[in-house]
Amino acid sequence: MKFTRREILTAFLGLPFALSACKSNSETSSIDGEIVGASANIGHILRENRNVEVPANNWENLKVAIIGGGIAGLSAAWKFTRENFNDFVLLELESAIGGTARSGKNNFIGYPWGAHYLPVPFKENTELISLLDEMNLTEGKSQNGEILIKEQFLCREPEERVFYKGRWYEGLYLRVGASQEDLRQLNELNKQVDFWVNWRDTRGKRAFVLPIANCSNDAEVTDLDKITFADWLKQKGFTSERLIWYCNYACRDDYGLRLEQTSAWAGLFYFCSRVRKSGAESQSFITFPEGNGKFVNFLHNKVKDKTRLKSIAIEIIPNEKGIDITYLNTETNEIRGIHAEKVIFAAPIFTAKYLIRDFKQNTPDFVKEFEHNAWFVANLFLKDRPKNQFAKDFPLAWDNVLYESNSLGYVNATHQKGIDYGQAVFTYYFPMAEKGGRAKLFSLDWQELADIVLSDLSMAHKDIRALTERIDFMRWGHAMISPRRNFIWNGSREKATKPFRNIHFAHSDLSGIALFEEAFFHGLRTVSEILIAEPAGSGR
Amino acid sequence: MNRTPLLFLNVFIIATCGLIYELLAGTLSSYVLGDSVTQFSLIIGIYLFAMGVGSWLSRFIEKHIAEKFVEIELAVAVLGGFSAPLLFFAFAKLSYFSVVLYGVVFGIGTLVGLEIPLLMRILKDELDFKDLVSRVLAFDYIGALVASLLFPLFLVPKLGLARTSLLFGMLNAAVGIWGTWLLLPLIKKNVNLLRVQGFIIIGLLLIAFIKADYLTSLAEDALFTDNIIYAKSSPYQRIIVTKGKTGYALFLNGNLQFNSFDEYRYHEALVHPAFAALNANPKRILVLGGGDGLALREVLKYPSVESVMLVDLDPEMTRLSKNLPVLAELNKNAFEDSRVSVVNADAFVWLDNTEIAPFDVAIVDFPDPNNFALGKLYTTRFYNLLKAHLKPDSAVAIQTTSPLIARKSYWCIIKTLEAAGFSVKPYQTTVPSFGIWGFALAKLEPFETPKKLSENIERKFLNEQTFVSMFDFSADTSLPKDEEIEINRLDNQSLVRYYEAEWRRFE
Ligand SMILES: Cc1cc2nc3c(=O)[nH]c(=O)nc-3n(C[C@H](O)[C@H](O)[C@H](O)COP(=O)(O)OP(=O)(O)OC[C@H]3O[C@@H](n4cnc5c(N)ncnc54)[C@H](O)[C@@H]3O)c2cc1C
Repeated sequence: MKFTRREILTAFLGLPFALSACKSNSETSSIDGEIVGASANIGHILRENRNVEVPANNWENLKVAIIGGGIAGLSAAWKFTRENFNDFVLLELESAIGGTARSGKNNFIGYPWGAHYLPVPFKENTELISLLDEMNLTEGKSQNGEILIKEQFLCREPEERVFYKGRWYEGLYLRVGASQEDLRQLNELNKQVDFWVNWRDTRGKRAFVLPIANCSNDAEVTDLDKITFADWLKQKGFTSERLIWYCNYACRDDYGLRLEQTSAWAGLFYFCSRVRKSGAESQSFITFPEGNGKFVNFLHNKVKDKTRLKSIAIEIIPNEKGIDITYLNTETNEIRGIHAEKVIFAAPIFTAKYLIRDFKQNTPDFVKEFEHNAWFVANLFLKDRPKNQFAKDFPLAWDNVLYESNSLGYVNATHQKGIDYGQAVFTYYFPMAEKGGRAKLFSLDWQELADIVLSDLSMAHKDIRALTERIDFMRWGHAMISPRRNFIWNGSREKATKPFRNIHFAHSDLSGIALFEEAFFHGLRTVSEILIAEPAGSGR
Repeated sequence: MNRTPLLFLNVFIIATCGLIYELLAGTLSSYVLGDSVTQFSLIIGIYLFAMGVGSWLSRFIEKHIAEKFVEIELAVAVLGGFSAPLLFFAFAKLSYFSVVLYGVVFGIGTLVGLEIPLLMRILKDELDFKDLVSRVLAFDYIGALVASLLFPLFLVPKLGLARTSLLFGMLNAAVGIWGTWLLLPLIKKNVNLLRVQGFIIIGLLLIAFIKADYLTSLAEDALFTDNIIYAKSSPYQRIIVTKGKTGYALFLNGNLQFNSFDEYRYHEALVHPAFAALNANPKRILVLGGGDGLALREVLKYPSVESVMLVDLDPEMTRLSKNLPVLAELNKNAFEDSRVSVVNADAFVWLDNTEIAPFDVAIVDFPDPNNFALGKLYTTRFYNLLKAHLKPDSAVAIQTTSPLIARKSYWCIIKTLEAAGFSVKPYQTTVPSFGIWGFALAKLEPFETPKKLSENIERKFLNEQTFVSMFDFSADTSLPKDEEIEINRLDNQSLVRYYEAEWRRFE
């Protein structure tokens, strides 16, 4: 089925927007680009290779196989190496490592394809801090023991700006024209956040903290998961349009969901988990031009000889002796097999039902509780940055948000490098919060995607078409786990986190919230589970 | 009704307006482009020629002469009336300003050239030819005299260029509207439509007249009291050089960078203390910013200097300093010196990406931190990057804005330098064009405030006494005791916020 330009723009950007955009030009002929990455036909490959036989001399014996080279799989591999355990491999189906945290690079600068920042961890997150230390990102500790990150890796000011009715303003919350009542409600939201930041359960646990495994499971907090964030805001009497927008933006930005789709627990988690103590600012962001691709590349470098790219796990078969894994090298089309003792399953949880033999026949109920939403990300390569239309417009920031748009706006890759003139790469994010978003996304070609992005951005930047030389797209069919109502605390995560016949699950899905810290946590957790059973040093 | 005398009044007004537009264009162009002889001569020539074109074109108007006359009046009202604001705006925003300028002059000239022939044809039925020519031309020239007297004596000083042009645009429009009554019997077409158009145009001109201050502040009218002798927008900034009674001045994005009459005070104070703070003979010098070449001039006075690397963002700026005679003369052809090499790059990015042997002296001369892109050049990160290009005993001098006007900003920079591990001696001096101006002398090792300047170096301003006294701060410029001052980091850019708050008080 083919859609008209107006139908597509309406679906993505809304009707009023589409009407005005349709009058403008849709010229993209001078712009290059392609849809990159994320193989869409994995399902196809899996079906095609069902029950294939591995040639007898294509088998190898290993202690551990890690399936999936996202942050979770890479962190596990990194941890193994640090513990001097070397009898493992990591299989990654794509030709590039990193999963949703991967990045790209041209001759000028790196740019993210997905994840782009990590908030500075609290001092209690010692494992994560040891990674930051190893990467040489830290410079000592503050008086109260909190980690200090080198200035050049902390998001450079100005961090955010928002485009509203023709003008750019500082910050994300729209302060211009805010009424007394708007500000009162903002203040009230801060008080609510403050309440939860200070809240402790009887064992002294925080309500919201990273990793989620350390959050209190007291019913007073977990009951928040039973309503949506929209309902919570309503119950608390929040009506301010700009405040609701702000909260909605937070959900779309972090989870790819709208307010009405997000659990109130997850909504508050966003606001509370990165605030150290009452009244403190949210933790600063660690970021790089290539976003979390920096972590990916660092981890990958440490375990390069253990990673096998273009290697798609096809079947995982637990048996008496251990686990057999068959995988396909998508380049050579060769089928290979591994006899392993343990598997770290760091691929998305929903894929377990296609990969693990027992799950194929009898899928556990919890598997289908793990729902994902789709996103697309565009990298726009500009020969120069757009000019502000008004002298008083707030200047280009790191994160540039369009108040009236369904997109999340764009992040400027050159910002962190201090490059303020000329060439730039803008990374544009679009969460497909609606039902059927994935199908809609995959029905569009490059031309149509480019039109959406350019029509959207030209509302703020009249000159964007002329400045753009190239646009590449990444379609994330299963970008993020959805922390919808009644998922995070309904028991599914707990069940899925338990190893199944020597298969240890590590994907960030297990947290119910797609974050670096969670992927890292689960990667390391599976390593300790395995190494406790198998003390370090016993590997070859 | 005998309308003839009233029509002569029209001739008079039209003539006055016509000359006013010509004078406006001439004044405006010599004002922004400099070289008034050439500009006036060109404008008069083009204008008169265009009038000739207009007169000639009038023969092609055969019917509806009265309507055409009214329409032309309204067109002159629009084009002439808005000419000055339009030209200011074009000058501020466009790089092909002269095309717009001569185009507008030609357009007005052509329209004005149409007016008198048409009027004469309208009047020809009422007067005999001898009378007609003598009276029309007499009124025409009287109008010109009145215009040329009013313009310098009253209009420019009292109304300014933009309002003058708008005022005369309204007069032209009034003539047009009035014509719809005066020439009513001759008008065949829809007279009401003409009147509505006329009133709309007057209305617009009136609004613009009331808002003229705003319009010109959008442009640069109010900014420069002196003649502009050079103006260009580079991709990075708008560069303007003016010439006034006191000398030449350079503006970047409207901010004064130097005035030739006292710049030596600034540049001597910026450069020589760093050399005085050295123990060894300086050989390798780094100049960051300072594309005007004036700091370079001071640096090159030291015979021991073997090489100077100047890193300035804007190739247009360094090219201009090398090639514009007034600037080259001021910087003593510093850019021709074989010891100098120029890199056009953002100093922040350059320091971060460049591996090069360390320097003995670094002179840091950036514009004030009035935006984030400049603010990053005053952060701990920047000073740490700079550190990596110094030797343990190198000396650095930095321009650090006014400790009087922007006291907090000044001390914020000093503290930031200290936080980056520099030992700092703050100092200040008076530069009349700027006021009290602040600098920082910094080294990586603790050091004594230097007391002696290098010998045998020619200086106009600094002598031993002034040099020593520069390191003293008065009560109103010293470190504020009761205020907390943050360190300027990339991730807070506190300085830009201090600076904006402090300078806003003076706007
Ligand atoms: C657009 C976007 C923006 C984001 N922004 C941020 C952010 O700013 N900060 C943040 O903390 N988080 C962000 N996230 C979430 C973040 O990417 C994740 O939390 C984290 O990187 C997930 O890592 P993971 O290893 O758990 O999963 P994934 O990244 O999903 O990795 C799973 C890997 O398994 C591979 N795989 C799947 N099946 C197979 C198979 N059969 N065989 C072999 N390999 C297989 C996949 O190719 C993939 O590489 C973002 C996500 C998206 C999509």
